[in-house]
Amino acid sequence: MIEMRFHGRGGQGAVTSAELVAQAAIDTGKCATAFPSFGPERRGAPVVAFARVADEPIRVRAKVYTPDVVIVLDPSLLDIANPAEGLRDGGTLVINSSKDPQTLRKELGYSGKLAVVDASRIAREVIGLPITNTTMVGALVKATGVVDVAALEGPFQRRFGKIAARNLQAMKRAWEETVVAE
Amino acid sequence: MGKKVGMEVSIAAAEAAALCDVDVVAAYPITPQTHIVEHLSELVANGHLDAEFVPVESEHSAMSVCCGSAAAGARTITSTAAQGLALMAEIVFIASAMRLPMVMLVANRALSAPLSIWNDHSDAMMVRDCGWIQVFCENGQDVYDHVFHGFRVGEDPRVLLPVMINLDGFILTHVIEPMEFWTKEMAKSYLPPFKPVYRLHPDKVVSMGAFGMPEIYAEQKMAHDVALRNSRPVIDEAWDELARLTGRRYSAVEHYKTDGAETLILAMGSLCETASLAVDQMRDGGKKVGLVKLRLWRPFPFAEIRQALAGAKDVVVLDRSVSTGGGSAPVTSEIRAVMYHEPSRPKIHCMIAGLGGRDVTPDDVSNMVDMALAGTGAEYYIYGVRG
Repeated sequence: MIEMRFHGRGGQGAVTSAELVAQAAIDTGKCATAFPSFGPERRGAPVVAFARVADEPIRVRAKVYTPDVVIVLDPSLLDIANPAEGLRDGGTLVINSSKDPQTLRKELGYSGKLAVVDASRIAREVIGLPITNTTMVGALVKATGVVDVAALEGPFQRRFGKIAARNLQAMKRAWEETVVAE
Repeated sequence: MGKKVGMEVSIAAAEAAALCDVDVVAAYPITPQTHIVEHLSELVANGHLDAEFVPVESEHSAMSVCCGSAAAGARTITSTAAQGLALMAEIVFIASAMRLPMVMLVANRALSAPLSIWNDHSDAMMVRDCGWIQVFCENGQDVYDHVFHGFRVGEDPRVLLPVMINLDGFILTHVIEPMEFWTKEMAKSYLPPFKPVYRLHPDKVVSMGAFGMPEIYAEQKMAHDVALRNSRPVIDEAWDELARLTGRRYSAVEHYKTDGAETLILAMGSLCETASLAVDQMRDGGKKVGLVKLRLWRPFPFAEIRQALAGAKDVVVLDRSVSTGGGSAPVTSEIRAVMYHEPSRPKIHCMIAGLGGRDVTPDDVSNMVDMALAGTGAEYYIYGVRG
């Protein structure tokens, strides 16, 4: 089982990111769950969402405390929380940042596997909005291979309808531009 | 078997109601039930569901509309949680005593105060004695399937009672998970049209909800109780048919690794899945622990519970609400009462957990079992309280 924790701000779509990954996994015959850190939604406030992907049915209904992967949708969250909290040994941190991995490593005091992409810039350029839910899914998939890029097309179409193409484009561009540092 | 699709449980529940071709939806939005009602409203507005959506001004009105609608012979659904259920409680008791079939999805949430939007079972326990058929669901598939089951059982002329489907707020309502969906044909073959025995109609006038003088009130109460108990064979029959149709078997009481178990955990709702992982851990550690899942809360499955618990030394009941100042929490009280006259009975421990959205992990369940077996020295114990 792969357990993921998404950090975002209300309105950026962290919950959507978790849902898209779970739906792509389920579409390809795996078991998956996705859920928000249950609470009132407030635009701009820190938000946490979770996803689990496994080959067997997932029975645990608790939150994810020791994730294999942590995804940070908003760079400003790095100043107020430790994104690597609870991250398992050998886990992966996926960050939206314009900084390079070496600088981030120093700032965060983190030495594990790190994937970085300037998701806000890509989202602004391709979608026209700094909403990083779909771009960060691209980065997550590049860093972990938790689902195939192709498996995301169905969930993107169902979720975004008319604007699915742009979001897919943004996701794929983030996938290409993500730098993974072991 | 159908293909599994990833969908939020709330949306799936609304889709099930649409496949049941409900005639009337009357509901007032309240967290964490909102997605269910929002989606029903969308389906009606988009023309996918030919139903009357009544956007009432309160839950009291929602249940009142549902009573009128069911009395007129319409297939009726509503949904609520916590304070909403509290506000509608007056009419909840009337719906069942008047033998009006309908389905209500209760997205279980803690009662205020303090204000909490998160899960526990205090709302359901508040209306425990309301005379409805009451089931607690373990996962999304369970919720989805029980919408069909609820209408089939409640509308059966041998039953004619409302059905309350409890799904844990957020823990189930807001989760995307894989589920198998029914086709229109399956729904049609499983669920016959609602043909009420009596209904409000201008051509054939009847009075409903009339005054009950002392000469008749007790008889009516007994008739209601008998009707609820007698619904049991129909509930089982509808589960059998559901199993034939979908391959999924539901029962009033279900077992997980109970063979040879000296200690049994007993739980309701989504906590069962988490508890089953704790059982796996404890079994791996050589402890003889099993899990009894209580799905049917009313009518209470006396025979199955007695049989399930008879051989155990200890039973640890996981309650998700408090009977403040009482003997123990509601589920434990019931279990203790049911077992009291048995020739050999286990020690029954009451562990209260998961109040107001406090997370319960498999480790928490294992800890509660250990603490209960070590002896808490109390009638009931609220787990994890800091201070």
